[in-house]
Amino acid sequence: MIETRVIPCLLLENGGLVKTTKFKDATYLGDPINICRIFNDKEVHEIVLLDIGATVERRPPPFALLKDMAVECFIPLAYGGGLRDVETIRRVLELGLEKVVINSAAVENPGLVEAAARLVGSSSVVVAIDVRKKLLGGYEVATHSGTKKLKLDPVTHAKRMQDCGAGEVFLTSIDREGTMSGYDLDLIARVAAAVSIPVVANGGAGSVKDFGLAVNEGHASAVAAGSLFVFQGKHRAVLVTYPEHEVLHGVLP
Amino acid sequence: MIAIIGYGLGNVGAIRNMLSRIGAPCTITVDPDEIRAATHLLLPGIGSFDAGMERLHASGLVPLLNQRVLDERIPVLGICLGMQLMTHGSAEGIAPGLGWVNAHCERFNEHPGDGLPLRVPHMRWNRVTPVRPTPLLDPSDPDPCWFYFTHSYHVVCRDPALLAGTTQYRDDFCSMYHTGNIVGAQFHPEKSHRYGISLLTRFSQWTVTP
Repeated sequence: MIETRVIPCLLLENGGLVKTTKFKDATYLGDPINICRIFNDKEVHEIVLLDIGATVERRPPPFALLKDMAVECFIPLAYGGGLRDVETIRRVLELGLEKVVINSAAVENPGLVEAAARLVGSSSVVVAIDVRKKLLGGYEVATHSGTKKLKLDPVTHAKRMQDCGAGEVFLTSIDREGTMSGYDLDLIARVAAAVSIPVVANGGAGSVKDFGLAVNEGHASAVAAGSLFVFQGKHRAVLVTYPEHEVLHGVLP
Repeated sequence: MIAIIGYGLGNVGAIRNMLSRIGAPCTITVDPDEIRAATHLLLPGIGSFDAGMERLHASGLVPLLNQRVLDERIPVLGICLGMQLMTHGSAEGIAPGLGWVNAHCERFNEHPGDGLPLRVPHMRWNRVTPVRPTPLLDPSDPDPCWFYFTHSYHVVCRDPALLAGTTQYRDDFCSMYHTGNIVGAQFHPEKSHRYGISLLTRFSQWTVTP
């Protein structure tokens, strides 16, 4: 076991698991419970599960599925998607999930993050921030699965979320997501330097070496990846894998 | 039967899931009759200290829990905030704790002065080093014990004899205490796969000798 969490980030769409590239072109991977069970058996450090259609389609979280997944999962499981009020958040955690991930609603209503942190504690409240690089330099936050652009700087947003009581930032580079071309280390470093809560790097991991860079150069507390854990070879055949602990130990503290 | 005190805070579902996998009979309950009949008590909890105490008092169960734990001495395990609630109190709030163990809770220091700031919450897998044999962890076990942590406050034992396990997050802190029939665990065994299964199996089989 190592100290840095290495987290499979799984995307739900219409009840199935998918993998996107730059938040588009969803490829179907398989049944969420089956894939969750495989990751559980591999003793991954944590799973982040995001329903990427819930907020856009104004749907509630898939409670029945989450309940079944919690029964299979003896590792920390975080869920995001369609969390707009504290009652829904409480219901999700009661099913046996460890953390909730708030994204669009945290921008529209920071009071929700405050209320959630008061009710269930900061350590159960993750704020996800999806970020695009601006054409003329700098970064901006996008919500609703990347479809809604905002004139909001990710560093400003992350600091505000920390002040609201968020216990962790799940930081995704939309430009790198699914590309396996490496994390946006500059983005990670900027956000990690601005807050004292843990920052999880997501979007772009193509090898375990990228994990080491995100932690050592970006100062991320944990790393997340999608494609790296579900695709094999240049034709991107679906195969669920997770690096051996010895391999992770070689690149991560 | 293990009674998981379902006072409305904590992901009790995960604890029940793991106990069911182990095959240990358990129930999530606030029913006084079920708590009277239980052989073991499990006090879960997430969220803030004062909110936890407020809900425990609102459940009306505190006198019964005191009787079962302090007088009848049945095995009790407090997890995360549950471990903290069994102490005298916390820097997180003003409410007095249950006071079953001589300890209190403090916040991790984000700015220790020397070196880099400490990220708080302490949210990750970390190692628990047993300092002596206890009913739930065995120091002679060759496999090191790793557990999942997520917390900003930690227990400080006023009575050093309480200390059962330590974990390093810059400095060492008390990640497990034990006295008689009472054990507190700062980590989440229900989220710590085989390590948690081993610990909760021992808890379900633990009988306190008078």
